[in-house]
Amino acid sequence: MHDAAMDDTDRRIVNVLQDAFPVSARPYRTAARRLGLTESELIGRLKRLLRTGVLSRFGPLYQIERAGGRYLLCAMRVPHDRVGAVAAMLDAMPEVAHNYERDHVFNLWFVLAAESPAAVDRAVDRIEDVTGLQVFAFPKQREYFLDLRLTV
Amino acid sequence: MNAPTPPTVLDPIDRAIVVATQSGLPLTSRPYHAIGRTLGVPADEVMRRVERMRALGLIRRIGVVPNHYAIGYTANGMTVWDVDDARVDALGDLVGALDAVSHCYRRPRHLPDWPYNLFAMVHGRSRDEADAKVREIRTILGDACRASEILYSVRILKKAGLRLAHHAGAPPAPITAV
Repeated sequence: MHDAAMDDTDRRIVNVLQDAFPVSARPYRTAARRLGLTESELIGRLKRLLRTGVLSRFGPLYQIERAGGRYLLCAMRVPHDRVGAVAAMLDAMPEVAHNYERDHVFNLWFVLAAESPAAVDRAVDRIEDVTGLQVFAFPKQREYFLDLRLTV
Repeated sequence: MNAPTPPTVLDPIDRAIVVATQSGLPLTSRPYHAIGRTLGVPADEVMRRVERMRALGLIRRIGVVPNHYAIGYTANGMTVWDVDDARVDALGDLVGALDAVSHCYRRPRHLPDWPYNLFAMVHGRSRDEADAKVREIRTILGDACRASEILYSVRILKKAGLRLAHHAGAPPAPITAV
């Protein structure tokens, strides 16, 4: 995973296709035309960018709270010699959407995502039961702005 | 964005579409037809439902999700600030509007362990670039901020996104003590 693995066309794909991908019978063809590519070139490049890890995903990004679900940012203070095991446990839980290690005494920061607040609460309880560590919950009380785009 | 909107109810077909696409859109010429074949639903109906979920905000966007590190953003910092409760919302709007900030939220403190109530994510191609962005935030917050920290990410341990079970109410997989 290295920036150098991307050429200019890859960069344009990353920059242009962060939003507004068409919903139509042949969406890749439409998007490819905007980029001056053929449909099969675009699909092939997306496959490669996913395989090489430049992209984590390609497709719809859901906001499940609009359908009664819940996201919850959580943090834990995990002793260094247990980070690998705790991270592996979180990796195996479908409720864990993201998990980042950060350079702080609160060293694991993860987001739980589930179809209901109760399912998120159950996930918190399981993590505490299995690890014996406290999970600090940081529910969002207010969202000020959201702009998820990054240019390359 | 912060007004409480009543949740949309996902019927079984909507839910099946979420499950079929949450890890990605099929990389094939006619992706909505492919989903429709899997689900036994006409492609037109799949597209209509996807458009509806997008209009309702249940789909935030459709597109690429880059790995920050892989596209050169190696300094990804979660900046956290202890801001006067009486001023945090007005200042949060200003911080959130900065180009340098991708997400900005007010969250609860956990005293005495965690005094911070404002969270803002900054992404830089270097620590210097990220630090410059942090200085912009600090300038806005001024004397309303009592303390702050930057928690840089050391590594991404997981970045899967939403993962609903294939069947609603499926039992969780067993997990042993770690």
